[in-house]
Amino acid sequence: MRVAGRGIVDRSTPVGFSFDGKEFTGFAGDTLASALLASGQRLIGRSFKYHRPRGVLTAGSEEPNALVTTGRDTDRTPNVRATVQEIYDGLEAQSQNAWPSLGFDALAVNDLLSPFLGAGFYYKTFMWPVKFWEKLYEPLIRRAAGLGALSGAPDLAPREKAYAFCDLLVIGSGPAGLAAALLAGRAGADVILAEEDSVFGGRLNGEALQIDGQPGRDWAAAVLAELQSLPNVRLMRRTTVTGAYDQGTYAALERVNLHRTPPGDAPIECFWRIVAKRAILAAGAQERMIAFRNNDRPGIMQASAVRSYLHRFGAVAGARVAVFGNNDDAHRTAHDLAAAGLTVTALIDTRPDAVVEGPFPIFRGAEVINTAGRTGLHGLSLRHAGGKADIEADCLAVSGGWNPNLALTCHHNGRPVWDEKIAAFVPRPGSVPGLEAAGAALGVFSTRGALDSGANCAKTALQALGFKCPSWEPPEAEEAEPGITAHWAVPGPGRAWLDMQNDVTVKDVKRAAQEGFSSVEHMKRYTTQGMATDQGKTSNVSALAILADTTGNGIPATGTTTYRPPFTPVSIGAMGAGGWGMGFAPQRFTTSHAASVDRDAPMVEVGLWYRPSYFPRTGESSWRESCDREVTMVRETVGVCDVSTLGKIDIQGKDAAEFLDFVYTNTFSTLPVGKCRYGLMLREDGFVMDDGTSARLGPEHFVMTTTTAAAGPVMKHLEFVRQAFRPGKDIRLISVTEHWAQFSVAGPKSRELVNAVLDKPIDDDGFPFMACGAVSVAGTPGRLFRISFSGERAYEIAVPARYGDSLYRLLVAQAEALGGGPYGMEALNVLRIEKGFITHAEIDGRTTAFDLGLQGMISKKKDCIGKTLSARPGLMEDREEMVGLKPVGGVMQLTAGAHLFAATDKPLRQNVQGHVTSACHSPTLGHPLALAFLRNGRARHGETVKMVDHLRKIETLCEVTHPVFFDPEGGRAR
Amino acid sequence: MRIPCPLCGPRDLREFSYRGHAVGLDRPAPDAGETAWDEFVYLRENPAGPTQDLWYHEAGCGAWLVVERNTVTHEITGARLASEAAS
Ligand SMILES: [Zn+2]
Repeated sequence: MRVAGRGIVDRSTPVGFSFDGKEFTGFAGDTLASALLASGQRLIGRSFKYHRPRGVLTAGSEEPNALVTTGRDTDRTPNVRATVQEIYDGLEAQSQNAWPSLGFDALAVNDLLSPFLGAGFYYKTFMWPVKFWEKLYEPLIRRAAGLGALSGAPDLAPREKAYAFCDLLVIGSGPAGLAAALLAGRAGADVILAEEDSVFGGRLNGEALQIDGQPGRDWAAAVLAELQSLPNVRLMRRTTVTGAYDQGTYAALERVNLHRTPPGDAPIECFWRIVAKRAILAAGAQERMIAFRNNDRPGIMQASAVRSYLHRFGAVAGARVAVFGNNDDAHRTAHDLAAAGLTVTALIDTRPDAVVEGPFPIFRGAEVINTAGRTGLHGLSLRHAGGKADIEADCLAVSGGWNPNLALTCHHNGRPVWDEKIAAFVPRPGSVPGLEAAGAALGVFSTRGALDSGANCAKTALQALGFKCPSWEPPEAEEAEPGITAHWAVPGPGRAWLDMQNDVTVKDVKRAAQEGFSSVEHMKRYTTQGMATDQGKTSNVSALAILADTTGNGIPATGTTTYRPPFTPVSIGAMGAGGWGMGFAPQRFTTSHAASVDRDAPMVEVGLWYRPSYFPRTGESSWRESCDREVTMVRETVGVCDVSTLGKIDIQGKDAAEFLDFVYTNTFSTLPVGKCRYGLMLREDGFVMDDGTSARLGPEHFVMTTTTAAAGPVMKHLEFVRQAFRPGKDIRLISVTEHWAQFSVAGPKSRELVNAVLDKPIDDDGFPFMACGAVSVAGTPGRLFRISFSGERAYEIAVPARYGDSLYRLLVAQAEALGGGPYGMEALNVLRIEKGFITHAEIDGRTTAFDLGLQGMISKKKDCIGKTLSARPGLMEDREEMVGLKPVGGVMQLTAGAHLFAATDKPLRQNVQGHVTSACHSPTLGHPLALAFLRNGRARHGETVKMVDHLRKIETLCEVTHPVFFDPEGGRAR
Repeated sequence: MRIPCPLCGPRDLREFSYRGHAVGLDRPAPDAGETAWDEFVYLRENPAGPTQDLWYHEAGCGAWLVVERNTVTHEITGARLASEAAS
């Protein structure tokens, strides 16, 4: 119900929403929880394990009970805290974990079975037999347990990630945070003030406190106005700082558009990484409960939440309210309620010596021993020095003391310290470098104390940052720290709840200790205490205190479990914002992409690149048909293929030639200007890293090509070698892969085709095999290389990338006039296998120069990277050596990845003698071919071996051959 | 985590790639023997405390750096150019 004259919700702006299909009306400024409570809806959900009726417990992000699913169908979000979700017109919310309905839940039968379902039940019961687990128990538990369900559809809601930097990050905007931000803002520091709530002010919004003789929230509003006027202060509300990471990096989740129907494709959440030179944790404290029998009924709430609903939302869970506590804050609750005209049916203080007076029945030295009302509280029983009493109440406000919100201070593994005086853990100073706690987060609970503490932290931070701290006269505010006597649980029969989200009771914790799970981490896992989405914020400290009492170890020695980020749940979609679809794998297109797509070429991924697989022609029904035609076309006329994806590294300087001698196994300093040479590159461990040709364009100018896959790693390697091993030398490197569009023109008619586009024709005397040089291509300066990856006479012609599309179209048109055309990756692969040319299928990181038959390329006259270890024992003898294979016998199929065996051996792992790396059908030779590695293979040409592909169930006898199948003398390329 | 690149200033970890301990700068002579080469290529200390390792400012200036950091506290105490450390 609403309370007249209380709250800051906008009563002139009604907001319509639905809960479980029923229409409700609240006001602008309401959370779902406050609007439901104001409408008399106390029952919100069912508990995880026993399906107990549950209502709203808190008014903040620590809420364990009031979880709902918002949205519907594929666009729904489970486990939304009703205490955080703001209402907006059209908001749809559903209760969770109840079937068939919230009011009647069939699985509430679990509650009657509770004697059998206690802590460790799953571990004990479902251990044996195994098949029962899979067939019976697990499906049953999965259906019965769990909170909200995901839709099963991809979550396509737009989210963002962002970075921010500041001098000072202030986390929380209660009195401490506002004081700190104000001082730092006035000092001129670059400040970010992050507030989890939708309004700034912290507890000042939920209390009747006065600052400087005015309502606390008016004081906060004035401070806010000043902060807003400062250009060096950024205010971030609806932003929860969820983690503290290294070097002042903080994660934060901003709920950008979850409080309204998202406009268009605007992001609903933003995941921030905030880098702060200093930070102040002014995140306040969270009130904890006292455990007593049936303390989980809807209507039983934190006392501070009852005050928040009263003062901020003008709402209460019932007209008759009882208050139960072990500290002076309970008194404040009773007084505030009475002042608002509500009936306080009892103030129950566990302390016999509590000093309190008021217009309501007061029970000192008393405890609540039971409650009544299955789906909503209507009464309670208490025990006091004089006996027992039954009290009527629709709402019970409970205060067990306050736990400072210190989680962030523990994210670097710092453990908090027990403070007996306030019966709570406080942050260990210095546990996160640059982060200091202030106010209630430090265990300072009075308003004046919080203001002073925030100002002190600001002073320290400003000093460290080199700012002069402005003088500040703290305003007047209450200074009394509330007295408390720890009281964790009321002894007696029945179930007293601790973790309400995971249904853990006091008895469960005691049982864990009795069964030997006496360490706090073991107790947690045995009982599941604190393992739900709320991470036990309202119950962990009580649970460990009860554990400490049971074991007799005391609270400081018992300690806490580990605090880990995130402080509150963060959707995976927010953390991964921008990292799906093309954000995960960007697409790299060559300049000929559009022309290839125009010709209906299927594009295949090569790393991030897309390259044409083949170019289908009318009448061709399979890729093989097109591929075979393209191979024959290159062998007989001419083909054009985009090879721009190969890495190109421009290397210049006086010491460039010597540098190439050092990174390649063979010698480049002897290469004449205007010539190319094939080079082999090793890793320092002696294995092959990459291969490719390098061209000498000038005495001090080379351009190196790498394989497409290794372009990045080779660049990184070259930079390392240059900077680490050749410091001070004149060597400059730059990747020019994207700068040049480069096309292979291959086939007997390739010179004719090249001359068709060159301004000045070439001949074989001026441009022999392995020549390179500058040319003019249709008026554009370009480069020509006479190199071949097909075994045919071939050229690679390069122009600045902006001319790539037109040159490619021109080359293809001219090729077609000569009876040729474009060829794709499939044909390129067949052409190179026919010639025994290697790719990264062969250079797989485990092959040596010796394995490839290239040991002769390691120059004996000079050192190079990898040379020493390439000669170590084991890399030069008794290896699997590269060979060719062709099938003999009935089955004419070879597959990459298949294993090789001696013809008479069984195809077992221990008999493996090698494997196939590349395979194809050769239209040139009319049968399948493969490249393979075979133990001592070079000595076994002519031998018959058995290829077995265990996955595809193919077994073939093959003849071992030289790896160069076609034109072994190489005459065609010359 | 941020690395203070001597050329670019403090930059986010995502701009860098890691190579391993800075012992990778101490390349032995070709004839230094098996032990020296084994130590250079394979053997690495795994200290709890200060260490030095090699990072490449791949999405930045392209410099290789020797970064001093503490494996226990995650503190980064300095970074210098590998080319200066090597010469
Ligand atoms: Zn840099």
